[in-house]
Parts: sequence; structure tokens; C-alpha cells
Amino acid sequence: MPLPYYVSPEQMMKDKAEYARKGIARGRSTVTLECADGILLVAENPSTLLHKISEIYDRIAFAGVGKYNEFENLRIAGIRHADVKGYSYSRGDVTAKALANAYSQALGNIFTQDIKPFEVEVLVAEVAESNGGRNEIYHILYDGTIEDEHDYAAMGGQAEEIRRFLKDHYGEGLSLADALQLGVRALTVTQNKSLTERDLEVAVLDRTKTRRKFRRIPMEALGQLLGTAR
Amino acid sequence: MPLDRWRGVFHNYANSSFIELLRRESPHLMPGAAPGAADAPPEAPPHGTTVLSVRYRDGVVMAGDRQAVAGFQVASRRIEKIFKADEYSGVGIAGAAGPATEMAKLFQTELEHYEKVEGENLSLEGKANRLSQMIRMNLPAAMQGLVVVPIFAGFDEKAGTGRLFKYDITGGRYEETNYDAQGSGSKDARDALKKLWKRDMGREEALRAALEALIDAADEDVGTGGPDLVRGIFPSVKTITRSGFQDVPDDEVRRACEAILADRTRQADGS
Repeated sequence: MPLPYYVSPEQMMKDKAEYARKGIARGRSTVTLECADGILLVAENPSTLLHKISEIYDRIAFAGVGKYNEFENLRIAGIRHADVKGYSYSRGDVTAKALANAYSQALGNIFTQDIKPFEVEVLVAEVAESNGGRNEIYHILYDGTIEDEHDYAAMGGQAEEIRRFLKDHYGEGLSLADALQLGVRALTVTQNKSLTERDLEVAVLDRTKTRRKFRRIPMEALGQLLGTAR
Repeated sequence: MPLDRWRGVFHNYANSSFIELLRRESPHLMPGAAPGAADAPPEAPPHGTTVLSVRYRDGVVMAGDRQAVAGFQVASRRIEKIFKADEYSGVGIAGAAGPATEMAKLFQTELEHYEKVEGENLSLEGKANRLSQMIRMNLPAAMQGLVVVPIFAGFDEKAGTGRLFKYDITGGRYEETNYDAQGSGSKDARDALKKLWKRDMGREEALRAALEALIDAADEDVGTGGPDLVRGIFPSVKTITRSGFQDVPDDEVRRACEAILADRTRQADGS
């Protein structure tokens, strides 16, 4: 059997990271914003059937960018983790922190052990139960790097530019319509086209709802919200 | 083998089922008979008694008394027997209270899990069938005396009407058109509903019919609890309509119960 070529670990990791980053950069971006009544998730996604944003549990939502089949697998794994945990303990014991750690472990293992890393970034958001409580937003990268974010988060190809834009324009206590408008402006910061409700997938973790806080905003309502903010 | 790896995706049609997930990955969490326990438990565990469902103009009403009995003792006066299964359906439990509550919880999780994974709801028919499979799973425990026979009702969004299903201990599923009751007082409740049910009843009327039937059941069946005016415990009543699963507020139930009891006191001259 011929010996495999020697590749230094540094070089291998660098190549993998570059490969993953390139894959992610090809896809469209997603922004997440804390607003007065919860957490708003906005994705540029012309499909109304293939979702980038999803409900995980009562107060927890998921968003993914990059390769669809890969983050879809992670999404389902997250729902399974949450449902089994909630069933065996109690609904209150399911936390975004544990889930984000699981994602971080999974992506880290895939990155180091598999030939091809996942070309995804995922985000786990948990809305606080009460108005004064702290929301939690975790951002997990393709190599398992985990960051907890405050106020806003951006993922995808143009994340850097979007983050810079939000840093300058974000303010606390935004209404839903204002947060949505800011999110949409942030998504278009590197493009010279404008986005309408047809190009967007929007959901909110709405603190005012009972038990299951996740709510998708349907296209008509989205048009209205964008209209009032305009 | 790599070929098998991708083929498995197609074979694994139970991907959206929470029960299959538990069976596969955490079998110790599955409810059901403990292996090796062949006999009935030495003492009768608490049993829930009467639940019923009535179809009316906007959907269905589900109602249940609040008592659980163990033998000739009251085990609980405040047990809840009507559970929200999801936004458009509910399940009323009768039989061994422990396994029945567990089944309701598992059923809720099953429906929610499916909804989250698939991104859409199961059809009402699909939900009813899933419950029937769960009752069949419980058959070994039922043979040991832990019988669970729920009643399932919901609003069928496609048909635009309320529908209700009854079950037997083997998981047999039978759709009822207008009303049904389950549990130890079910015969009396059904008899009452037979006289009270009318086509196209309004909410008020359906509520009253459901409560009259429960009060009749409590009258005739020792296991079923009637309205408890002293402790302020009243039957739990829910409606499932186009706008979802809703609790009927305690106040409204109490007023309706009081009205029924007042009418009966007036009519009953020593009977």
C-alpha cells in the first residue's frame, strides 16, 4: 500500500477552514436582532418551503446558513435533543446553552475528523421568560467555535459588513417593525438591490406568547410591517 | 458501506416520530409494562373516571370530571383529564391515571415533534391513527390491569368541522359522529347526551349538554365526581374550534353548573 502524502496539521486545518468559509460565503446571510418583545430572525430566503429559520423548543429558535442539507441535519438533531430532554426532565430544563454546546461539539468533531468540514454556521437563540430577563444568542461556526452575542448577530457571506452596519445603527428596545426594517437594511448593505417580503423569511421569538414563543411572520403581515416602517 | 449510508435515509421513514426516536435512542424512557411483571399490581392504582366529547356548530367540546379513585377511595379531587394535544386537538383520558397521563404527554410531544421536524401539522386522521398505535403499545400493560382508553377530538381544518374518535384497549379506533363518553360513568353520560344532543347546537347549548351529562354520570356512578361547591372544584371543559384549543373559564363553568343544579332542585320535589 502506498503511503499517503504527508500534510502538516496546520496546512490541513487552514485548507479545511478556507473550504468551509468559501462555501458559506456563497450563500445568503441571516441577521438576528433583540427587540422589545423578543428576538427577531431575518433571513434572505426566496423559498417559502425550505426554511433557514426554525422552532426548536418553547423559547428556542434555530437559524442556519450555508449548505442546506448540512444545517437541516443539525436542525433536526437539535429538535431531537430538546424534545428528549424536555420529555425526560421538564420543559423548563431545555436550554439554549446546552444545545449550543452540543452543536459546538458536533461541528468541532466534524471539522477535525472528517475529510470535508460542514459548510455551515448556525445560531441558537433563547428568549427570556420575562421582560427584564436576558436573552441568549449563540453563534456557532463551521469549526465548532462558539460565541455568545448580544443585541444583534449576523451570519453568512456578508456577515462582517452587516455586523459593522448594525454596530452603527442598532439601538435597544426596538419595536418589531423597526427591528425588521433595520434587519432588512442590514441584509442589503452589500447589495444594491432592495429586498421585498418575497425574498425574506422572518420569524420571531415572541415573549408575549404563551408556552411556544416561536412565530413565523407570514408574507402578508411582513408586507404590512415593512410598509408601516417605510 | 457508503451505498447503504445514503439508502438508509429513505428507509428511515419514522424520522419525524418522537416515539420511534425514544425507542431507538432512549428505550428506558418508553412507557409500558415493566418486563417480568406478569400480574396485576397488588393495589389498584388511581383511575380517572368520566370524559366526554360533544360536537357542535363551531367544533367540539371536551369535558371531564376532576376525580380519580383508587378502589373505594378518592385518590385525587383535582386531577386534570383533558389535555391539549396540539393547537387543534385534545385528548381526554380515562383508565389508569399514571399511564394515561404519561400517554397524553408522549402524544403531545409526538405531535409537536412531527410539526417541528416536518414544518407542518399532521392531519387529524393521522393524529387519531398515531394515538391508536400508542394504545396498542400499551396492550401488555392493559392485560395487567393498567387499561388506558382515551377519547380524541379535534377540529379538522380541511373538512372545516369538529370530529371525535373513541378507542378500545387493543387500539381499535372508531369515529363517532356526534358525541361520545369514556370511563366508568360513560354509560350514564352517553345516555344523557343521547337525549340532549341536537344538530347545530351553539356553544352555550353544547356546554350545558356536556355538563348535564357529567352531572348525571356523577349522580349514578360512584367513581365520578360532581361539581364540588364546597371546595370550588368544577369539571374541566375545553372547546376546539377554528380558532384553536381553548379553556372554558372556571367562572363560566361554575355558573353553568349552578344553573343546572338550581333547575334540578326546582324540578325535584322529593324524587
